[in-house]
Order: sequence, then C-alpha cells, then structure tokens
Amino acid sequence: MGKKQAFRGLHASPSPVLKWILAALPFVVGLIVYLVASDMRHTANPHDKLLPGIGRMIMSFKDLVLTPDKRTGDILLLTDTLASLKRLAAGVVLAAFGGLLLGVNMGLLPGIRALKLPFITFLSMVPPLAILPILFISFGVGETAKIVLIFLGVFPVITRDIYLAATRVPREQVVKALTLGASGAGVIYRVVLPQILPRLIDTVRLSLGPAWLFLIAAEAIASTNGLGYRIFLVRRYMAMDVILPYVLWITFMGFSMDWLLRRLTARRYPWYQREEA
Amino acid sequence: MEKRAKKYQLLIQDVHKSYGTKTVLEDIDLAVRQGELCTVVGPSGCGKSTLLRLILGQEEPSSGHLFINGKPVGLPDTDRGIVYQRYSLFPHLTVLDNVVLGQTLRLSPWTARRRRKTFVAEAMHYLERMRLAEHAHKLPSALSGGMQQRVAIAQALLGKPQILLMDEPFGALDPATREEMQLFLLELWENSGMTIFFVTHDLEEALFLGSRIFVLSQFYIDARGNGKEIKRGAKVVADHHLQRQAGATTVKRNQEFQDLLESVRRDGFNPEHLQHIEEFNLRHPDSFRTITEGEGSAERNHMPKLFVEE
Repeated sequence: MGKKQAFRGLHASPSPVLKWILAALPFVVGLIVYLVASDMRHTANPHDKLLPGIGRMIMSFKDLVLTPDKRTGDILLLTDTLASLKRLAAGVVLAAFGGLLLGVNMGLLPGIRALKLPFITFLSMVPPLAILPILFISFGVGETAKIVLIFLGVFPVITRDIYLAATRVPREQVVKALTLGASGAGVIYRVVLPQILPRLIDTVRLSLGPAWLFLIAAEAIASTNGLGYRIFLVRRYMAMDVILPYVLWITFMGFSMDWLLRRLTARRYPWYQREEA
Repeated sequence: MEKRAKKYQLLIQDVHKSYGTKTVLEDIDLAVRQGELCTVVGPSGCGKSTLLRLILGQEEPSSGHLFINGKPVGLPDTDRGIVYQRYSLFPHLTVLDNVVLGQTLRLSPWTARRRRKTFVAEAMHYLERMRLAEHAHKLPSALSGGMQQRVAIAQALLGKPQILLMDEPFGALDPATREEMQLFLLELWENSGMTIFFVTHDLEEALFLGSRIFVLSQFYIDARGNGKEIKRGAKVVADHHLQRQAGATTVKRNQEFQDLLESVRRDGFNPEHLQHIEEFNLRHPDSFRTITEGEGSAERNHMPKLFVEE
C-alpha cells in the first residue's frame, strides 16, 4: 500500500494545519477576487459605489458603530441589531417550543397524529412569504406580524422533524418505561422528550437560515428599524459600503449562533453525538 | 378457567396470533408456577418473541386468554419487567440515573425529586451487588454489551415485577461474556425466587438456564394432513422439567445434557421431523392442552395430561 495522500482520494488524511489552510482557501480566494474587481472599477472610476474598497467599508462601519444617528441619537447598528434579534428570537423560540411539544405528542399519540399530521404537512407547504400580506393586514405592521411570519416559516418544519425523531425512538423504550410504571405523560415528557432535546437544537440550527430570511423580508417591506430595514433603505443610495458590512454582520451572527448551539449540544448532551456516530 | 388461573403465576390458554393471513402462534396453552425460570426456544421466526410481547401486553392475541396471577393481561405495566437484547437502557441517562428511573417513573416528578437521595442510595447498593458501582456515572454507550445487560437487569429488577421477561437478552454477546451472564442470571434467580420467562434461540442456553423449557415450533403435523402447503402456526411441541444442577457451565458437556439437546433439536428444529400433535412430549406436570373441535382424534388418550375445557 502506498503512502496516504494528504488531499486527494478516498483515503486522504489532511493534517490539522492543512485542514486550516484548506478551510481558509475559499475565503481568501473570494476576498482576492473582490479586491481585484474593486480595484479595477476604482481605476476606471474613482467614485465607484458598487464595489467599495475595504477601507471605505471600515470607515462606514465605524460610523455606524461609533457615531450616533443625527436624527434619533441612536447608534444605528446597535438599535438595528437589537430590534432584529428580538424578532428573530421571539419567532424561533416560540416555534421551537411549540414544535417540540406538538411534534413529540404527534410522534407518540396516534390520536394527535391523526388530528394534526395532515394539517401540519399542509401548513408546511404554504409559502410563508406569500401570506405575508395577509399577516400585515391582520396583525398590522408592528412586531406581531413579523414574529408570526418567522413562526409560521419555521414551526411546521421543526414540528415535522421532531415528530420524525419521536417516532424513531425504539418502541422497546416506550414499553420499557411503561413496565417501570410510567404514565402516558411520563413516557412522553420524562423518557422521550429529554432524548429529543438535542435533536431540537439541531433542527433549530437548520431553521435559523430560513428564520433570518423571513426576518429580513418582513423588515424590508414594513418596518422602521432592524437590519433588513437598513439594508433596503440604503439600497436607494446604492450604499454598498453599508450594505456589505451589514450582510457580513448578519452572517457573522448567524454563524455564531450555529456555533454556540453546536457547542451547547456537545456539552450538554454528550450521548447524542455518540449515538449518531 | 378462573380457578386454574389463580393457581399459576402465568396462564396462557388457547392463544392464537395471526397477522393478516399469516398465523404465527396456534393454540398455545401453558401454565407457569411462581419461581420458575422458563426458557422458550424454537426455530427462528416461530413466534417466540411474539409470545413474549403477548405476555408483555405490547400486542394482543387474536384469540385466547392470558392471565398473570389470575388477572387478565392488559397493557404493559409494573406486573412485568422486560429486558430486551437492545434498547433496554435509556441512552441519555447515566447508569445510575437509568437504575434510579426504574424506581421513580411511577412517582410524580416532584415526589421523585424529593426522595431522590433514598433512591440513589438504593440504586447504588444494587449496582454494588451487581459489581457495577464503578460505572455508575458512565453513559450506557460507554459500557460493554455484557455490562449494559447487567444494568438493564438491575433496572428491571428494581421495578419489582412479578414476572421478568427476557427477549434474547444475551443474544448479542460474545460466547465468554454470554456464559458469564448466564451464571450471573442463575445466581440472581436463585437468590430472588423470581419468575423468569426467558426467550432465546440458543438451545444450549435454554437447557442450561431453565428450570423448565418450552419448545415452540411450527414443524408438526395434525388432522389437517402433512402437506407443506398448510400454513401452521407454532405450538408448544415439548415441555420439559429440567434438573437444576449446581451452576457450573461444565454441565453443558455432559452426556445427559447432550442427549436432551439432541432430542429437543429433533422435536423442535428439524423441518423434516414432523411429529403428530398427539406425540408431543408434554411431560411436565403443569403441562396441559385444551383440545378444540376437529383438532384431536380418537387417539386422544395417548396424550399426557390432556385437559378438556368444560
């Protein structure tokens, strides 16, 4: 047998250093492409707004973070971020909590399954953005409509995923719990639900992408603050030097949330990964 | 029927089980006294586990009756404990919490929390007796197969069931661990006097462990003729009392043991060797059979302990 390849083939085993280099490579390439393109545009037109240079973006971002808004006296990035995170958290937490309860009950109680599964499956096929006008009409343009949009966008998916996870808990465990004297509720909430919690975190991690999408969409259409509102507001002035840092900031927050949730699963539910492996 | 039901810890009478057109169990009759360690063997797919699930209440018979201490069998509850080959333990709890849960699941979460100390102490005592104390804070997945099964047995026993049901509990273990677990179970059984219903496909294990063995098989003939096209459900084709010998595994090599093994293998496991239902070896004193119309024949007095239901 030949020496193991570092990168190529099925049996490649990249060293830790190489792994870091490989992970960084696409980012570096992307950055270089951007810088070259930006430079080319600036040589052609020093006032180009489409691809602002790094320095320009840092300056605008500094402005957003350090200088209070002339009209309101607020630090814009901070107020936008807080407003957006509040909506996102409310929608996602409600959906996670509701999805967990409904999903686990649907998974174990045939009656509830018969009652709710077709409805939830139907609901999950409704494009949330298509009913956004309905939400604005019925809930007004305040916070409620935005939170409801996020909720409706991720709740059916979380519910269905939790439902599937609950049905995958071996029948043996349910019977076992019954022979140990558990009641029906005991089986659901003391035996099955604790086993599903890490799965819930995984589902929430996957739902965060769509949740951000719905948030930005709702803010873009009707809002007075928030990250999505700001991006769509400055679009009118082609202020790419604001839009790009905002997008990076949103991406960074999404990435951090994902990472934190993953860490939480690993710390809190050490048995979970082992089960998956 | 009621009277007889009270005399036995477990009474199964006229039990049939079929799924759609496929008959799995056909007219199972058996009676088990308190304190027996019954083993059930049979060729694969003969319905051993189905029988166990019926006793457990996880499934219902298509017809017939099951009683535990004279009480008709209902949905799974604390009357019966269960140890499976897999999935017996809750993967998200440590060994200790798994065993504690055996005691606390029947209580409200609040009572369970308040009295947790007592339960932990009792569980630790149990784990010590089972030589598992040092693993108390590990997750089940960190334990070897044999140890996992020991924890599962401890968990089931702490539920204090009237009958302990075991579904091929040692089936996934390597031979050495398996033998060790057999001795462990025997020791436990001798000390507790518990009724155990032990399903296995390993004939040697069944003969070694049991104080009584049931052989379940679909290889037999009856009044319906002996054509292969007749789909027969499994019946109890043999029911022996087993002489308990001091728990040494050397027994397995002795001639008497080997002869019995051969005889059971012929009666239950050989599709070519078809006994007529009236030749079944049901010599155990508790053995009985109810005869349904058309099933028996004129020779019914050949049968040992024939029991006709009034």
